[in-house]
Amino acid sequence: MSLESYLIYIIMPIICVAVILVLIRFIKGPAIVDKVVALDLMITIGVGIIGVFSMISKNSNFLDVAMILALIAFLGTVAFSFYLEKRNSDE
Amino acid sequence: MSDIIIMILSTLGSIFILIAAYGIVRMPDFYLRLSVTIKAATFGVGLILMAAALFFLEFQVTTKVFSIIFFIIITAPVGGHMIGRTAYIIGIKMWEGSVLDELKDKYDKKTHELKGEDESEDSNEKDFSDLK
Repeated sequence: MSLESYLIYIIMPIICVAVILVLIRFIKGPAIVDKVVALDLMITIGVGIIGVFSMISKNSNFLDVAMILALIAFLGTVAFSFYLEKRNSDE
Repeated sequence: MSDIIIMILSTLGSIFILIAAYGIVRMPDFYLRLSVTIKAATFGVGLILMAAALFFLEFQVTTKVFSIIFFIIITAPVGGHMIGRTAYIIGIKMWEGSVLDELKDKYDKKTHELKGEDESEDSNEKDFSDLK
């Protein structure tokens, strides 16, 4: 089995199942902080998907996108936690 | 030979990501979910990116990969701490099986500041007043 078919037929399905499981928690999550954590984890897994896809397509330029995506995940989590904390202090 | 190493690294990484996703679905509590996801996902993504660095074996790609891994390792604990603190302040309930809550009544409700050990400070002040 070559490396490319191994990445396409084994690694990618495992990661896609993981994303679907996280999506279940994102839709179901009882509190809003659960959804924030699920979104953060989903974007972090997206960085991994981009890494695998850059190996499949043999194009290393996709890793730039992964860097920006990691930045956005951190920014989103920090902004959500900041404003959620502010929201309840006004009451 | 390098193909086998890439296969092993990417398999380990994807299994760690799968464990993190299973943990975020099955854990009973927000705080337990947070503790599972951050660690496992960071390690899994790091292994997959290392596999990508071994696949290309170029200086530019390796530099990019190390900067991404460094950034994720730096920012994941910070984001995890901030969202956990927010969850504790806005009053997310803990699992009923949790046995210890060391932060109970230590956050000021209005200013959201962490108070220290109030009792020991009071006793120190009392000691000084006795001396005077």
